[in-house]
Amino acid sequence: MQASILAATLLLLSLIGYYAGRRRALASVGGRRRELHSLPAYYGLYVALWCGLPGFALFVLWLIVGPQLRAIGFAGLAAAAPAAAAAGLIWGRRRISPGFRARNRVETAILVALAVLSTISIATTVGIVLSLLFESARFFALVPIGDFLFGLQWSPQTALRAEQAGSSGAFGSVPLFAGTALITLIAMAVAVPIGLMSAVYMADYAGPRVRATAKPLIEVLAGIPTVVYGFFAALTVGPLFRDIGTALGLDVASESALAAGTVMGIMIIPFVSSLSDDVMNAVPQTLRDGSYALGATKSETIRRVVIPAALPGIVGAVLLAVSRAIGETMIVVMAAGLAANLTANPLEAVTTVTVQIVTLLVGDQEFDSAKTLSAFALGLTLFCVTLALNLVAMQMVRRYREKYD
Amino acid sequence: MTEAARKPDPGRARLRRRYAAEARFRLYGMLAVGAALVMLGVLLVKTVAAGHSGFTQTFVALDVRYDPAVLDPASARDPAALGAADYDRLVKDALSDLFPEATSRSDRRALNDLVSVGAAYRLRARILDDPARIGTSERVWVPAASAVDMLVKGFVPRARGPGERALSDRQVAWIDALSGAGRLERRFNAAFFANGDSREPELAGVGGALAGTFLTMLVTLALSFPLGLATAVYLEEFAAKNRMAALIEVNVNNLAAVPSIVFGLLGLAILLGYFGLPRSAPLVGGMVLALMTLPTIIIAGRAALQAVPPSIREGALAIGASKLQVVAHHVLPLALPGILTGAIIGMARALGETAPLLMIGMVAFIVDVPRGLADPATVLPVQVFLWADNPERGFVEKTSAAILVLLGFLAVMNALAVLLRRRFERRW
Repeated sequence: MQASILAATLLLLSLIGYYAGRRRALASVGGRRRELHSLPAYYGLYVALWCGLPGFALFVLWLIVGPQLRAIGFAGLAAAAPAAAAAGLIWGRRRISPGFRARNRVETAILVALAVLSTISIATTVGIVLSLLFESARFFALVPIGDFLFGLQWSPQTALRAEQAGSSGAFGSVPLFAGTALITLIAMAVAVPIGLMSAVYMADYAGPRVRATAKPLIEVLAGIPTVVYGFFAALTVGPLFRDIGTALGLDVASESALAAGTVMGIMIIPFVSSLSDDVMNAVPQTLRDGSYALGATKSETIRRVVIPAALPGIVGAVLLAVSRAIGETMIVVMAAGLAANLTANPLEAVTTVTVQIVTLLVGDQEFDSAKTLSAFALGLTLFCVTLALNLVAMQMVRRYREKYD
Repeated sequence: MTEAARKPDPGRARLRRRYAAEARFRLYGMLAVGAALVMLGVLLVKTVAAGHSGFTQTFVALDVRYDPAVLDPASARDPAALGAADYDRLVKDALSDLFPEATSRSDRRALNDLVSVGAAYRLRARILDDPARIGTSERVWVPAASAVDMLVKGFVPRARGPGERALSDRQVAWIDALSGAGRLERRFNAAFFANGDSREPELAGVGGALAGTFLTMLVTLALSFPLGLATAVYLEEFAAKNRMAALIEVNVNNLAAVPSIVFGLLGLAILLGYFGLPRSAPLVGGMVLALMTLPTIIIAGRAALQAVPPSIREGALAIGASKLQVVAHHVLPLALPGILTGAIIGMARALGETAPLLMIGMVAFIVDVPRGLADPATVLPVQVFLWADNPERGFVEKTSAAILVLLGFLAVMNALAVLLRRRFERRW
């Protein structure tokens, strides 16, 4: 509350600065606007910037230094920030004269501000990397990195007392990555054929009207929240597969990898189909015409000419879809298992990296046990894997586009 | 018939095979499109089928006597004493008036179980609203218990043995009697939109989640739109095409594809861990979602700015506008519909996002409707997640109903984006 009152005060001071600057500029030429270098509003903005920037800079600085370093209390800030703003107001107002290039100054300030704001996205990435690295480093101080990357046992529930059996927990992440890979594979087995064939149909067969309705409808699949898919998988698809399995005499777990993977595949169809459709549309018509002229049918042209020509783009689309599947959380949290099974059987329950991150961190507030810290190590691995996939995929799509542009 | 036609012609047979392959290939394409659409249809139909009944609720009409001896023995009309009075007694009395034959302890308990604990709250609200009602009688429609609701809606079979459902044969007979007397009715469940979370399915509502969603989205919009706009304008209009700009571009594209849960880890480690911001707060949730939405807005914004033809810029420059004036007065207004479309799509994605919010603790069981940015809150998709975990039959219906509300919001936002694009899209 106090903070918003302070912010309002600073805003008010800036507003006063705006009008003070404007009036002074107009007064300095006796109301003859044409003798001013810039429009009067720029003089107002100039003073307002001198007034607002120091005040808000102090405010932001105070927020960023973090609670640990806030030796001066809020009262100190509440005194210093308006004082700095008022000083800025007076200083800025004094500099105004008819020949003063207020517009150039204001525009420079705005450009600098735009440049600074555009680095926020970089700051986000840096923040992600730093927070993951920092917490992971603490984890690797407790658990050797080799055990984490190559261990086959995952049971992070550490016992309360040190002398109990298994008190140290086991942090081998291989079962998690195997589970993630299994579910991703199933998802891709659903999404790639359906997505690719839809893209082929949309790009080369469908008439404009079918295309105009079916394409947005398929893309709706990507817009449905993942928690809805998770509910669908847990409540409908999981039991359905189990019943089918029972009818066939198979033992299917109700949280089978197959159910989670299939539903995830449905979600991913549009990621494959939209991008593949785009790249196939970008294949020049001359290539198709050349193939038709040799007597090839439409499907032969697609299989032997269009798809090979679009292949890098299609592979890029599939890689982006894989990256999406690996990082997908809610479907697997709701429909996949919790126990870390090292198995390749899609009918059994497996767990994934994202499921473990969620189960390790939800409800826990302490950041000092190996159990919670391991979630950050998992997050770091997840980030690295998806980053590599994204970079390769984007490079492939872009290089492909350049080829035919 | 000529000789050639009778003899099998290898060329013709091959052609037939090729045409068959062509037809098959085309069929595969149609099947793929059909499969995708069928899956969408099944998903939507299943959700609507399971959820539409969640917007109604079974109510029971009770003839309540506001007995002064129970409510206000001292006749003081003291609001605090009135608030603490035993309204359950009134409900029980009204029920035993209806079915005087239920006298044994277990029968009376079974009878009372037909009505939700929310009934007493409703009577309390009526008395606090107007204490003059004490001493009078009136017919009040109170919510029935979830088990009754499920039976009336047909989710629980009536025919099977009592072991398979929560209600005994006696209770079912009472329900039939109530329904025969016109005292049982399905009505629109306004409480579903007003209430916060609850352990009782018939009292649980999405009101708290809606308020939390609104506050979170407010923070997300307030942060991501100006930041995204500034970044898009700078990268597209001012930045020199140097390595820094290329780095920012790769970075933005990559951020758009980073798993959402990683943003949650960032929020947990930095916003909660380092800055000590409150857990479960819409403020933190909004900040995390803003970072996620930013790339979408930047990419859409750059595309919209690119679409403004150079002639506009050159015209403005020619009459003496500075570069910043060109952008602010001419390019930006023309690109704004496109940027807004991107922002709406980004917000729609943020609205459906769950995983990063789990990381920052927005999964608590919260009964109160949040009022400020620092209050503990939850959002609609997280509410869906929380209810989905609940095995009670009543919550399955609520979960689907909450999903319908969520999908409704998303549909409205996307329709708005399409409308905006149709209305303002210009071909130069």
